[in-house]
Amino acid sequence: MSPLALVGLLPLVFLGLFFAWPVASIVGLGLTSTSRPGSAVLDVLTDSETLRLVGFTLGQAAAATVIAVLAGMPLAFVLARCKLPGIGLLRVAVVVPFVLPTVVVGLAFRVLMPAGGVAPIVLANAFFNIAVVARTVGGLWAHTDRRGEEAARALGASRWRAFVSVVLPAIAPAILSAAAVAFLFCATSFGVVLMLGGGQYRTLETEIYLRTVELFDLPGAAALSMLQVTTVVAVLIIGAVTRRRKETALGMRRHREIARRPVGGEWVVVGVASAVVVALTVPVVSLVARSLSNGFAGYVALAGHGDQATLQVSGLDAVWNSVRAASDATVLAMLLGVLSAVVLSQLSRSGALIGEVFDLALMLPLGVSAVTLGFGYLVALGSLPLDLRASPLLVPFAQALVITPLVVRTVLPVLRAVDERLRQAAGTLGAGRLRVWREIDLGLAGRALVAAAGFGYVVALGEFGATSFLARPDAPTLPVVIATLIARPGELNNDMAYAACVVLMLVTVAAVAAIEGFRASSVGEF
Amino acid sequence: MALVLRKLSVHYGSEAAVSDVDLSVADGEVVALLGPSGCGKSTLLRAVAGLERPASGAVCWDDTDLAGVSVHRRGFGLVFQDGQLFPHRTVEANVAFGLRMNGTARASRSRRVDQLLRLVGLAGYQKRSVTELSGGEQQRVALARALAPRPRLLLLDEPLSALDRTMREQLAVDLAALLRETGTTALVVTHDHDEAFTLADRVAVMRTGRVHQVGPPDEVWRRPADDQVAGFLGCTTFVPATVDSGMASSALGDVAIADAVDGEVLLGLRANALRLDPNGSVTGEVVQRLHRRDHARLLVRIDGQPALVEAISPVAGAPGPGDWIRLALDPNGVALVGPRGDRLSTGT
Repeated sequence: MSPLALVGLLPLVFLGLFFAWPVASIVGLGLTSTSRPGSAVLDVLTDSETLRLVGFTLGQAAAATVIAVLAGMPLAFVLARCKLPGIGLLRVAVVVPFVLPTVVVGLAFRVLMPAGGVAPIVLANAFFNIAVVARTVGGLWAHTDRRGEEAARALGASRWRAFVSVVLPAIAPAILSAAAVAFLFCATSFGVVLMLGGGQYRTLETEIYLRTVELFDLPGAAALSMLQVTTVVAVLIIGAVTRRRKETALGMRRHREIARRPVGGEWVVVGVASAVVVALTVPVVSLVARSLSNGFAGYVALAGHGDQATLQVSGLDAVWNSVRAASDATVLAMLLGVLSAVVLSQLSRSGALIGEVFDLALMLPLGVSAVTLGFGYLVALGSLPLDLRASPLLVPFAQALVITPLVVRTVLPVLRAVDERLRQAAGTLGAGRLRVWREIDLGLAGRALVAAAGFGYVVALGEFGATSFLARPDAPTLPVVIATLIARPGELNNDMAYAACVVLMLVTVAAVAAIEGFRASSVGEF
Repeated sequence: MALVLRKLSVHYGSEAAVSDVDLSVADGEVVALLGPSGCGKSTLLRAVAGLERPASGAVCWDDTDLAGVSVHRRGFGLVFQDGQLFPHRTVEANVAFGLRMNGTARASRSRRVDQLLRLVGLAGYQKRSVTELSGGEQQRVALARALAPRPRLLLLDEPLSALDRTMREQLAVDLAALLRETGTTALVVTHDHDEAFTLADRVAVMRTGRVHQVGPPDEVWRRPADDQVAGFLGCTTFVPATVDSGMASSALGDVAIADAVDGEVLLGLRANALRLDPNGSVTGEVVQRLHRRDHARLLVRIDGQPALVEAISPVAGAPGPGDWIRLALDPNGVALVGPRGDRLSTGT
């Protein structure tokens, strides 16, 4: 157990230094920055404006979650149960929105619904999370024994009745878990709300950003961050409980049900799913169309600095910055994530509570907003003797924290699904502990590792919340450049922003398509 | 003796899964651990493999205690009930795994793989994916994989019980021949007596963590050590009897028992112990009749017996419910229950 504890310590130390401490600093700042400790928190919490803010944050998140669940369920059904031509393509198409950079999606919906308002915010948030629902629910659905349904039908239940009384309870843990994750993403969504809401429609997340960057109200921002962290932790705990139920459920049903051609009323579901897919492509297509509205001017201009030198660096330099930061972040996140997944898979086998806690701690960065994190870095790292705030490592560190949970969630289910007796069989054949790990665990999780690295890379590439805080003006990443360009006047700036979005999107789609080819297991969650 | 277990106990928490087991397996011998599910036989096997740590006692090989020797250094092969083939590797790579671990050169590795696949009847399967194989084929590959590095001892954990009946019977015969042919020393865990008797030179009957009896199959079958072993081996009716010069007399009739000491004994009756016989000394009323492949099975009420007893009759002219019949004991279906006094065996 002791070498295991040592391995587990590394991610925990990193998490403590680059996550817990910055977030705690925010809390400290909120409590102590004024003459009367805690007064800022009280002021903010009792402000009627805050109540409105919280109401809007939760309201839009709830609405987007409902839409995501309703639109994601038909897709989950098709992915899990239907044997149709082009299903592989569908698998890719569904997951693309989830990894598209928030800035890109924000811009896409701005093109689609120029009038603005609440609707584009809700729809854009839902757009992201349909993939979460479809993949998470589809994963469990594919492993749910079809015979339960058939027994209900034989007992006289209609197709719908069998679904409601047999299938729905079986996949409910996955639906709850997906809804919890989606709600969390929607409630802490930053890029989309900032792009579409501007100063008018604000959530906690964008308000924290605006107070910090534009109003310099640090205590107020800190108080709001505290409020957000508390909410997120509560939602995460609920999510952890449902996820636990889901994983035990998965354990009971190893065998994947064979997909078959839809029959009768199932074609209606397939039709609805197709409509959802078409709806998913609309923002993407309109974005591409907008980027080409002035020919290739925007693309050509990417080599330069924009209208009246809006940018300190050229668009191409920004691409290079993005690639470098995302690569560093991916390497770091793979190291942390794989180590954590190994430790977690061992701990969960011995069924220790500490495993649950560790698991939850690793998921925290997924829920705590990237803006809070970025803001926390600025506050906390300033107090170190060596000022890290100007370090080029800061952006990869923050991005790594954002994507490590993704890596863990992709690799862990595969490691947990490895039958202990496979390791024992390898042991009796003469393989030592390390050799068993290399031959069996690594051999079986190899494809999941590639997938995790790919997804991590794509998400890091598009990360906006933390990066916008931490990237130095002379070394912005592509999403930061897009946000800068769109915020400044000038036709060329706009064209450049849209062109950059399309470039980012193409990279994302290519990466996702490559990963899907590699994906072995359907047990992963995202 | 190659493998010797001395007072071996294995605990799960506070519960004893295996208690004070003494057992030995000679070089080239096949011993079966036979017992109902949950009796601790698989745990015992895992302790021998080094996968469970004994609470007390010792697992010894050629008089060396294996306590400090970890799983991968014991040189024991293990076959699981469901094969546990490596799904990410081909048949060939699965069989070659142990050879790779012990550093066998590539050329001799592939020769050994070919040889073993021929041995288990899967020649030409080298490049196949293990996930495409049937259950029986998977189990054959698992066997080849375990045998490839020439293990000192082969451990088989319910190797056939995941297969359907026809396949199981076929593979049991093949496996028995293969073990003899290769001279493999083996310990087999099973809950199926047919399987145990087909495979093993000696059978150890286990119950609630203890070994109740060890002996050659025919001896265990004819002279179970106690009524629980007898019950597990198919005896459904027990009846006290008195032996007098080779003849046992009981309330259910008389039966010849060779080499038995005179005195009080307990007879264990299997389903085929009582036969329809017009000259039989016992009468009873048929309650129910069931047809089997080659005989009819009767449930009979006999005065003085606490429960219904089983009897068999030819299919043609089998009596039906309500008929009164006469029955006689058949020595082939009668076991002598009890500790072994001297050399005894039943019937002829």
